[in-house]
Amino acid sequence: MITAQRSSSGSSHSPRSPSSQPYLSISVTDPVKLGNGVQAYISYRVITKTNFPEYQGPEKIVIRRYSDFVWLRDRLFEKYKGVFIPPLPEKSAVEKFRFSAEFIELRRQALDVFVNRIALHHELQQSEDLRTFLQADEETMERLRSQETGIFKKKPADLMQIFKEVQTKVSDVVLGKEKPVEESNPEYEKLKNYIFELENHLSEAQKHAYRLVKRHRELGQSLSDFGKAVKLLGACEGDALGKAFSDLGAKAETLSVRLQKEAHQLLMNFEEPLKDYVRAVQSIKATIAERANAFRHQCELAETIKLKEINLDKLMLTRSDKVGEAELEYRELKLESEEATRRFENIVRLMNEEMVRFQDQKTLDMGIAFHEFAKGQARLANNIADAWRSLLPKLEACSS
Amino acid sequence: MMGSENLDSEEAHMYASREEMENLVLDEPSNNNNGTKSFSDYRSAMSSLADTHHPLSSPMAAPADSDPLLTPPPFRDFRNPNVATDNSSYIEPPSYSDVIFSPFDENAVNEINGVDSPGRSSDSSGFLSKSTSSSSDYVKITVSNPQKEQETSNSLVPGGNTYVTYLITTRTNIPGHNGSEFSVRRRFKDVVTLSDRLAESYRGFFIPPRPDKNVVESQVMQKQEFVEQRRVALEKYLRRLAGHPVIRKSDELKVFLQVQGKLPLPTSTDVASRMLDGAVKLPKQLFGESVAVAPHEVVQPAKGARDLLRIFKELKQSMANDWGGSKPPVVEEDKEFLKKKERMHDLEQQLSNASQQAESLVKGQQDMGETMGELGLAFIKLTKFENEEAIFNSQRARAADMKNVATAAVKASRFYRELNAQTVKHLDTLHEYLGLMLSVHGAFSDRSSALLTVQTLISELSSLHLRAEKLEAASSKIFGGDRSRIRKIEELKETIRVTEDAKHVATGEYERIKENNRSELERLGRERRADFLNMLKGFVLNQVGYAEKIANVWAKVAEETSAYTREST
Repeated sequence: MITAQRSSSGSSHSPRSPSSQPYLSISVTDPVKLGNGVQAYISYRVITKTNFPEYQGPEKIVIRRYSDFVWLRDRLFEKYKGVFIPPLPEKSAVEKFRFSAEFIELRRQALDVFVNRIALHHELQQSEDLRTFLQADEETMERLRSQETGIFKKKPADLMQIFKEVQTKVSDVVLGKEKPVEESNPEYEKLKNYIFELENHLSEAQKHAYRLVKRHRELGQSLSDFGKAVKLLGACEGDALGKAFSDLGAKAETLSVRLQKEAHQLLMNFEEPLKDYVRAVQSIKATIAERANAFRHQCELAETIKLKEINLDKLMLTRSDKVGEAELEYRELKLESEEATRRFENIVRLMNEEMVRFQDQKTLDMGIAFHEFAKGQARLANNIADAWRSLLPKLEACSS
Repeated sequence: MMGSENLDSEEAHMYASREEMENLVLDEPSNNNNGTKSFSDYRSAMSSLADTHHPLSSPMAAPADSDPLLTPPPFRDFRNPNVATDNSSYIEPPSYSDVIFSPFDENAVNEINGVDSPGRSSDSSGFLSKSTSSSSDYVKITVSNPQKEQETSNSLVPGGNTYVTYLITTRTNIPGHNGSEFSVRRRFKDVVTLSDRLAESYRGFFIPPRPDKNVVESQVMQKQEFVEQRRVALEKYLRRLAGHPVIRKSDELKVFLQVQGKLPLPTSTDVASRMLDGAVKLPKQLFGESVAVAPHEVVQPAKGARDLLRIFKELKQSMANDWGGSKPPVVEEDKEFLKKKERMHDLEQQLSNASQQAESLVKGQQDMGETMGELGLAFIKLTKFENEEAIFNSQRARAADMKNVATAAVKASRFYRELNAQTVKHLDTLHEYLGLMLSVHGAFSDRSSALLTVQTLISELSSLHLRAEKLEAASSKIFGGDRSRIRKIEELKETIRVTEDAKHVATGEYERIKENNRSELERLGRERRADFLNMLKGFVLNQVGYAEKIANVWAKVAEETSAYTREST
């Protein structure tokens, strides 16, 4: 639960403080499985605490499901081009895990982070769609949700990019151009390359982090099995030696439990933030695609205007009665073109701001993740050392 | 490095006796026309060697008493050789991470002293003189330098069969023998011969099992990997033999380690050449000519083609035992023994289980180390990338954080790998004792086959007596005696006498084996207890030491990134 401010000063305080300081704080809680069979899904309680005037009351509770969050993300993506929309956790492909406790918890956590990041963002927090999401009743939400699927159906960022590229290629061919129109901004090129390469590096790191979680689990399991076997061996040996074996076996089993716990911590506090980082980069890629579209659109309109100008001049020379019409069209196009340019430049400006914010935020996020990781590993290792060390006096006594 | 001064006369004596040995080697084959004799010939020849000092036969201080395991635990020495060992070291936990681990191998000490700590790996470094007093003796055997050699005689294919020989070097400080270091070349067949001969001579003992014969193609035989595997296995085997308090003194082992050139032990083919004798004997036996079991033969179990009739008889006896009609005259009465046997069986099962789980634990540790290392490398790449592409300071800061994490992960990965290498060494004790169970089986089956021999002879005696009685009864009815019957009775009486002798010998053999079983069980119990305790201590110390090191590495990173927790909400 992160408290969001209207202004960009970022000092935090209790949501219950008197009305003077504006706040918008959201929590996503209480996952509940609803429905049956294939139709089954998880619903979450979304609790909004705010004193923003546009919102109803100090607190509002609604029930939402994953596809509602998807709706919100898609709407924001459409409306706030240039802003890096906070990423959503993936839709689970594997049926088996859809309702595992771990998956549900990870998703809940990620959704909570998602919605609070929006609340923290000085532009996004003003979104009407956000208000709808946080306050509308379930029927309204359902209606909106089903309206939007199909039009704004979100595909993975790169698929979308390919899609758009195909679109442009087609329209280019139609307009008589062969090569795709792209910005020739070297700095921007560098940024694009950076983002694409960053995704590769991060994915690799995340993959290994996930494997590390598995390794903790596996080691825990082997320790448990080993402990059991050693205990049996101890029972067979009997005497002081047998006792020593039993003690060792018991310790191994204790450590096994500890390892399983640490595996969970690792997943929540290290692997998930890395995954989140990857998603954020993918979201940026989607914004990059949007910028490319906006740029192409601007260029197309510029081209079209040029043609229209030539046409208009021709008409004016021939004193055709189509001039009026043509002039109207021309003026409309001019407006459209200006709008397109404005939109594009807005995206450029926003992206620049967003990049700074993004880099700062990620340094902070990763710093925390690294700290938790290191702390966890140190604690685990110390626990392991303490546990084994406690056996030594007895072992010592055995051999004397 | 001869322990004591070598007087010239002593040396001359050494060399002379060595020549003796070699002469005996040359003589032996010529005596080998009667298979049954060769064995005893060999034994007598070998006994004349008994005068010469042999590194392995010198009296060892009773292992139990001077066993470094039972005296102040050696591991303490390694912890900190400069600090007096005292019990207060456990009041405040010492930092084991400082201590240990270049070679943490206290068991190398045992191996060198010949205490039977089942084969440490062959690359354990040399002896650590801190714990062993300079007056204790040691024997160290090394197997090295595999070489291909050509089969000179009997090769059907010219330039045909090649085989591999290994250089077997024995190093010892026991005074008064052929030098402190000597080497021979042996091939695997020789090892099989040694093992077979030991099995015959040391029935009832827990003889360390020899490496498997591998039935593979000759191409594979010569592959580097296979040869190396075998070399390691041979070394382990020989070291175990040298570690056995009785077998280390055996002539067979002496001869194997010392005698240059062809191994002067009867090979199993020589022994099986007695097969011919068996084939010759059988018709006679079947046609009723009572050829009694020769007393010296009962010293060995009935084997193969040699003793067909004896096998039939003993089989018949064992079935009689099983189906219980008449209670056999001698039974395994020793309840104590039966209890122990059951316990051994139980132990074997648990060892097998523990050994398996130990392997999976080792795998778990290995995987952990690997993945940790890969994670570290991935972050190193990321660090490099961010630094190269950095536009904002936040990127540089993040790159620096990542570098710390990456470095720690790589270090931790290395520690896991080292931890694991040591864990393997320690838990290997489980595998070793599991392997030893094979020898226990062997010793117990020596006992049961000896028992069976005794039982068979007793049955045979009683049936012989019965026949004699019948014949006497029948012949007494004939006035003046029945010459043919009387002759038969005489022959029968002779057979009975010989069989009585055989029974006497067989019973003696059985008792001897029983005693061997008993003393071996005791020895096994003692040594196993010591070895397992060592294993546990070593394992635990190892875990503690490395866990501390790993904790330190991560604590540092946690410290370096602690600023972030203060910032977050």
